[in-house]
Amino acid sequence: MRSIYRTLGPEVIRSITLVCLADALVGVSFGAIAVSAGFPLWIPILLSVVVFAGAAQFLFIGLVAAGGNPLAAVAAALLVNARHLPFGFAVGDALARAGFLRRLIGSHLMTDETVAFTLAEDDPRRRRAVYWATGSALFVCWNVAVVLGGLAGTAISDTDALGLDAAFPAVLLALVLPSLSDPRTRWAALIGVVVALATTPVLPAGAPVLLALVGVAVVELVRRRERTPA
Amino acid sequence: MTGLLVAIAVLGVGTLGFRLAGPLLRERLTLSPRIESLMGRLTVVLLVALVATTATLEGGGFAGVARPAGVLVGGVLAWRKAPFVVVVIAAAATAAGLRLLGVP
Repeated sequence: MRSIYRTLGPEVIRSITLVCLADALVGVSFGAIAVSAGFPLWIPILLSVVVFAGAAQFLFIGLVAAGGNPLAAVAAALLVNARHLPFGFAVGDALARAGFLRRLIGSHLMTDETVAFTLAEDDPRRRRAVYWATGSALFVCWNVAVVLGGLAGTAISDTDALGLDAAFPAVLLALVLPSLSDPRTRWAALIGVVVALATTPVLPAGAPVLLALVGVAVVELVRRRERTPA
Repeated sequence: MTGLLVAIAVLGVGTLGFRLAGPLLRERLTLSPRIESLMGRLTVVLLVALVATTATLEGGGFAGVARPAGVLVGGVLAWRKAPFVVVVIAAAATAAGLRLLGVP
């Protein structure tokens, strides 16, 4: 723990702590919403430990609470979580050369925030340290908060009043912004954003973000055509 | 209740499958630097698309003004190299403040 602290330095630790705090407030609201929707306390707790993915959990609980078929809710939530597949390729080096159990646990700690914090680092040692620090801190904060929220009932049901809905996109934006200095990445992201925004009204949740990867393909194709003159 | 329990188990295993596939497959394949950089770009694009959709849309409709305004303030501060903590708190404060003033 001390060596992680020394590797990362106070600034990154402060950033992770802030994200944990914001995450905990959302966790409290998740627990409260699930219990007030009529679920027994152990359902949001189990879901948070086993799935550990905020957006998918809210979607799953929402669909089941609305009387939807649980398996349809699983399919919808899995679609939202499918982005972890490419994420794992990009930050999997942080889990390399670890035993299977460590990799299994480490993979479970993969979230948007873990990935964004890891991606912002270049040095392999720092990448590994920031991955584990963010992942385990968020796991603890999130799950403790869900329990507290579930016990408290309807303490904080409206995190929007605190502006947390704007804080989370800002967290990810601040962490990926340096990567956008590369023109190829910037163009791919721009095309991806247009595609994702345009398809959100007509596609199920999760699919538009995956479709944004079209941006990377377009930029690659254009580059290849430029390199091989007709 | 049993159905729900099975559903949560399937969701947990499926999600872990997505999460574990990348780190495990990386071990078996030696990724060239070109593919490594492509993977990095894919992830940035996914995250940026996630930012854009969650910042502006909610359940298929517009998320109002306060949320995108907060994210925009945070984005500008981040671009001006403000500290991370400032970026995040400014984004939340902007959205919360606008809502306090009655802006949706």
